[in-house]
Amino acid sequence: MTFKTKLLASTAALLIVTGGAVLADGHATHPDTGVALASDQSFTYSILDDFPSIDPALVEDVEGASVARDLFEGLMTEDANGAVQPGVATGFEVSEDGLTYTFTLRENAKWSNGDPVVAGDFVYGLQRAANPETASEYAWYLEVMGVENAAAVTAGDMPLDALGISAPDDFTVVYTNDAPRPYFPQMTTFPTTFPQHRATIEAHGDQWTRAENMVSNGAYVLSDYVPAEKLVRSRNAMYWDNDNTIIEEITALIINDSNQALTLYLAGEIDVVMDVPAGQFPRLNAEYPGEALSLPSSCTYYYQFNQSDSGPEALKDVRVRQALSLAVNRDIITDNVLAGGQRPSWTLTHWAIAGWEQPEIAVASMTQDERNAMAVELMAEAGYGDDNPLTLEIVYNTSDSHQSVAVAVGQMWKQTLGVDVTLANQEWATFLDTRGEQNYEVARGGWCADYNEPSTYTDLLTSGSAYNDGKYIDADIDALAQEAKFAEDAMPLYREMEQIASDNAYFLPIYHYASVRMIAPDMENWPTENLLQNWYSKDLYISASE
Amino acid sequence: MYSFIAKRLAIAVPTLLILIIFSFILMFAAPGGPFGGERPPPAAVLANIEARYGLDQPYIVQMFSYVKNVVFYFDFGPSFQYRDRTVNDVIAQGFPVTLTYGAWSALVAVVVGVSLGVAAAIRQNTWLDYLAVGITIGAQALPNFVMAPVLVLLFTLGLGWLPGGGWSGGLLIDACDAGDRLCFNNPFGGAVRFDYLILPVIALSTSYMASIARITRSSMLEVMNSNFIRTAIANGLPMRRVIFRHALKPALLPVISYLGPAVVGMITGSVVVDVAFSTGGIGQFFVNSAFNRDYAVILGITILVGALTILFNLLVDVLYAWIDPKIWY
Repeated sequence: MTFKTKLLASTAALLIVTGGAVLADGHATHPDTGVALASDQSFTYSILDDFPSIDPALVEDVEGASVARDLFEGLMTEDANGAVQPGVATGFEVSEDGLTYTFTLRENAKWSNGDPVVAGDFVYGLQRAANPETASEYAWYLEVMGVENAAAVTAGDMPLDALGISAPDDFTVVYTNDAPRPYFPQMTTFPTTFPQHRATIEAHGDQWTRAENMVSNGAYVLSDYVPAEKLVRSRNAMYWDNDNTIIEEITALIINDSNQALTLYLAGEIDVVMDVPAGQFPRLNAEYPGEALSLPSSCTYYYQFNQSDSGPEALKDVRVRQALSLAVNRDIITDNVLAGGQRPSWTLTHWAIAGWEQPEIAVASMTQDERNAMAVELMAEAGYGDDNPLTLEIVYNTSDSHQSVAVAVGQMWKQTLGVDVTLANQEWATFLDTRGEQNYEVARGGWCADYNEPSTYTDLLTSGSAYNDGKYIDADIDALAQEAKFAEDAMPLYREMEQIASDNAYFLPIYHYASVRMIAPDMENWPTENLLQNWYSKDLYISASE
Repeated sequence: MYSFIAKRLAIAVPTLLILIIFSFILMFAAPGGPFGGERPPPAAVLANIEARYGLDQPYIVQMFSYVKNVVFYFDFGPSFQYRDRTVNDVIAQGFPVTLTYGAWSALVAVVVGVSLGVAAAIRQNTWLDYLAVGITIGAQALPNFVMAPVLVLLFTLGLGWLPGGGWSGGLLIDACDAGDRLCFNNPFGGAVRFDYLILPVIALSTSYMASIARITRSSMLEVMNSNFIRTAIANGLPMRRVIFRHALKPALLPVISYLGPAVVGMITGSVVVDVAFSTGGIGQFFVNSAFNRDYAVILGITILVGALTILFNLLVDVLYAWIDPKIWY
């Protein structure tokens, strides 16, 4: 408490000294939009689960990443639409072969204790994330980025300094990659790549993320964290762009029950609710227009068919898989079962991924009656019908919405194809084992993008992917994936991969996610276009109520 | 008496050890593990994580080193789910919260429950008795996961009297803010605030209160019909004296044996209260740690609850001896 008070006092003092009149004056206006600002620039939002970690090297969940983006700043950052813009680096140059990225750092970036942010902090941060001793679950991200030797360093086969990052001088960071990645700069906005303050981490060890110890370089500093209850961050007076920051204080409340969070929102105790139960969207949208928002969320919901040796013989028949896929009326699932702004899907890649165009999937443009007719025909060809009914079990992890989808799909298969479907729900950790060990027939799956480019999805279609739980192998897809890594324009290749997967019905895409939020009417600038749902408190502000 | 207490405490040690061994066996028998998720990390990464938490060791080695750390260093290990925290941190943060609302719940449950029970018994078959029995049946029939949202609906959304959740520092805080309800500044420094406490206490204590009232009523009825009470009344003792001096003590014996496990249940919190009111107590970890396969937290909480149960059962036995002179250890 006293720490926080001191911090607020020092922030206020600094604002007055630097002439940050924007906040000192309650009737100030926003510099860009001219909207009158509220005198109290603080807000509260709710999240469902406590953060597994807020250490940028260890962050593994969406909400923890949002905290890390407020507390730390990477080489590059994002604007409200998710486009890459300068962060600690003012810009970068790419070598001709696309393998070397040279970032130039700004000289006025500081840590919250006043130390300058130097290139060595980025090298230290990345090496710490890769270090086997840190045991970061997200060490794999560096491999996806293509950082040279990332896998070997994480496995402990190479020393830390073999990692493809270096600091020739205090204001230059050089990344060396093993393959050109057009989306590489975007990936430097991810917390695993953020700089870290070596002296603090060495002095406090595991305790360095405590509010009283943490030194950070973002627009905010951690001022209070009561696990399982709340996390508070407040302005970092040392942040290089502090003059343009408006929000003073952000409180994240950890509320395990989304209906409870909604109640507190309606009681005016919370300004933003991150996870509103999808089924509530139509009602909320009608009662609170403009406050209930359905935003595209870059995840895809699908069913896996077990095509491994342990799977049922029927699912190895492409006609059966196609029939099952065709018979699922995705519109009913998105519009009637979920009703939260989700969209029907025929590909794994989310419709809103940057630059993505859906491949021409013929069945997608048919009517459901046509699809059903085709499905019945395929099923009969495969030898299943009233005299020889197919039986299948759908396994999903325990959740109301997964159950609703499974009931709907089971009903559609039964009605159209006469398939006898049984449903089985399992508790999460058990379910993951079941699916990972191919002890299932049909299993629920979901995949979320790690970066805004199709390969974050299409990699899953390859036989080498550890997440290909259907265990399908397609040599053409594997070859295309390899080619895409070095291709000038990989989009057509990605489309072809999806096309092949769809033709063979290797899996059954059902819908693309949307997330439903409640956002108070005076919260301004909340990004609605950022597909990865990344948001930065420094871009937000609160308008004065009329 | 002292040798009895010493003996009971000595038996507690092997009891807890057996508890630990059973928990270990159950945990490792459950499918799945603490790390992974929709996207399990690559093998090399997983190996690093398992090495860090000692999960690459054989089960028996893990168990021995766990017991050694608990016994010699009072170290319950790191949480697997919350990477920046140890189990000691999790318990140190959450237990005071549950202890606060749990102790108040126990107090409310006992005071209200015993009063209702006694009132119903001495006015048996009057409107007071019917009312008390009605209240207790209603309170027992209404589970707290139904009551919690109803309370919020009524007192937060409807009347706007009480906050619908959170803890905000709890009972003892530095100072009241202007506009805080039920907050009292202490002239000697600090302040006491009850507003965040009321709804969780109502939600947690009601069904315990109902049980206590029903036990008290039936036990009180039995005692009031016994010979020594009839004698006391026949001797012309005032009713008040008969009830409080002679009847209440023996009537409370069954209540006390009920209270042992009930108090442990209340002070270790409840999942429903923690989730419905976001109090941040340890009750929620009973379920969450099992779902997350957070082995160290599961064990830590199991040991905490086990130790408290042993302790409170011992207290009950000691209280018995104090109340009933016929009982001697």
